[in-house]
Amino acid sequence: MVSGKPMVIIEKETLRERLFPRRSKLNRSRAGNALLFTFMAICGVFMALPLVMIVNNALKPLDEIYQFPPRIFVRYPTFENFTDLFVQMSGTWVPFSRYILNTIIITGGGTVGHVIIASFAAYPLAKHKFPGKTFLFTLVILSLMFTWQVTQIPNYVIISYLGINNTHLALIIPAWGYGIGLYLMKQFMEQIPDSLIESARIDGASEMRVFWLIIMPNVKPAWLTLAIFQFNLMWGNTGYLFIRSEELKPLQFAMQQIMAGGPARAGEAAAVAFVLAAIPITFFLLCQSSILETMTTSGIKE
Amino acid sequence: MTKQNEYKIPLRTQIAKNRVSYLMIAPYFLIFTFFTILPVISSMVISLTYFDMLSMPRWLGWGNYLKLLLEDDIFILALKNTLVLAVVTGPVSYVLCLLFAWIINEFRGRLRAFLTLIFYAPSISGQAFLIWNIILTGDRYGYLNGLLIRWGFLQEPVLWMKTYNYVLPVLIVVQLWLSLGTGFLAFIAGLQTIDKTLYEAAAIDGIKNRWQELWYVTLPAMKPQLMFGAVMQITGSFAIADISIQLAGNPSVGYAGATIVTHLLDYGGVRFEMGYAAAIATLLFLLMVGTNKLVQRLLRRVGE
Repeated sequence: MVSGKPMVIIEKETLRERLFPRRSKLNRSRAGNALLFTFMAICGVFMALPLVMIVNNALKPLDEIYQFPPRIFVRYPTFENFTDLFVQMSGTWVPFSRYILNTIIITGGGTVGHVIIASFAAYPLAKHKFPGKTFLFTLVILSLMFTWQVTQIPNYVIISYLGINNTHLALIIPAWGYGIGLYLMKQFMEQIPDSLIESARIDGASEMRVFWLIIMPNVKPAWLTLAIFQFNLMWGNTGYLFIRSEELKPLQFAMQQIMAGGPARAGEAAAVAFVLAAIPITFFLLCQSSILETMTTSGIKE
Repeated sequence: MTKQNEYKIPLRTQIAKNRVSYLMIAPYFLIFTFFTILPVISSMVISLTYFDMLSMPRWLGWGNYLKLLLEDDIFILALKNTLVLAVVTGPVSYVLCLLFAWIINEFRGRLRAFLTLIFYAPSISGQAFLIWNIILTGDRYGYLNGLLIRWGFLQEPVLWMKTYNYVLPVLIVVQLWLSLGTGFLAFIAGLQTIDKTLYEAAAIDGIKNRWQELWYVTLPAMKPQLMFGAVMQITGSFAIADISIQLAGNPSVGYAGATIVTHLLDYGGVRFEMGYAAAIATLLFLLMVGTNKLVQRLLRRVGE
């Protein structure tokens, strides 16, 4: 923006308009924009540190990982850590693809199931009137305030009682009932104007149709955000409490075994850390950009 | 239909009339009851017993609570630390989440997604503590010590996480750095769903700059998200434990970094006194519920 040469004018929009949304013409001063940009750049450097460190560590040869004093940036980058990791992965007792498949089942099942079931319950709580509604919603909010570490033992007893111990279901089904999803979806659905739902009902739409065709498209940013939260939670789950059979364990567990391999495996551990962060980040970017694609121009409207 | 009339309809007819609603919430609340309500209630019952996870629980009545409040000095210290952490980091984190979400919303396209990632990075990368361990290393090779010595502020390196007075301030800084999490993303999404025509209408009504726009249009339009963010902030700020354990250890030097949840983990995970741990969890729960009541009352006044 401040370059000496005259700015290249793209036919549709200038660079300024590409960087800031179209409504920047409304109540936005150029000086204010510049100030915000500088502020964000400075803060961004601090916030990006963990990402910078993970990438650099993964590329460091072993001697640089143990270099003292430690350095953040890599001097002689190498892919050695990744090739080592690959060699180790191909030699495991349970084929590595099995761990990957387990993770896909657990993370996928836990995320998709939670988003659908929680949204399903959030719609009546936000838009219907029925006895017990406030009570149930209050229960969900209160449940968020109880320290989860304490409820592990009763949870274990219940899961054993239901006979789903040592199966993927022991990780997936409880995840469907987390409080955060219902709360988030209910808050967003509340904002949808009643008239929108009413007009669909007058056209003869069933509640199912209203839910899938009116409600869900209008709260797309909410369920994409919920998917990010839930994906991260499920992805981080090693399942150590419930899953004992080696062939049912998730990738996270196998990766932690490698990370715990001691000083000689520190290079592989850095590569593992990279992989473990890269996948949620990819998912995050996918979700965030599709939030943008649909919603930038409209917002919820009557 | 007025409220009074509603009550005159027998409950059974009301339930029959709303059966679609009940069918839709049934799967969620069935799972929620089994895996959340039942465990929470059993924990509350366990808090009235002595339970070492090996033998059957032994009934104690209010014993655990009395011991916690009257005899356990470390709990009182942990409670004090938790309140300091929550009162300082809670509101500041909340405002930071809102501020950054709002600023990022001014950008668009890939730059916006990228900025969101950068600011969410400490929450998503899983290894966020490592960087602080390098910065705060207690010898002169730690980044902070190195810089302060080079600039002449210090003569000798400081053992940051082993010095009583530094532990809590450092935890506050790290916690603030980590604050852009759940609430932040919810605000980002909330800003997306605001009806854009509201801004045009507001400009015609005489809103002059982006600050007025924020207070009179944006914030009132995203009240539900503000409520959600507040609850997330409370549950997060009162339950700080991980960063304390990772940076200061558990127990920390002179219990300087002890919080309610580190105390709980000490009893539940190390000493196997589950009854006592459950009593700590129940007290923490009451503390959060009270704070939430207060905060929700404040939030109702946004945009007035």
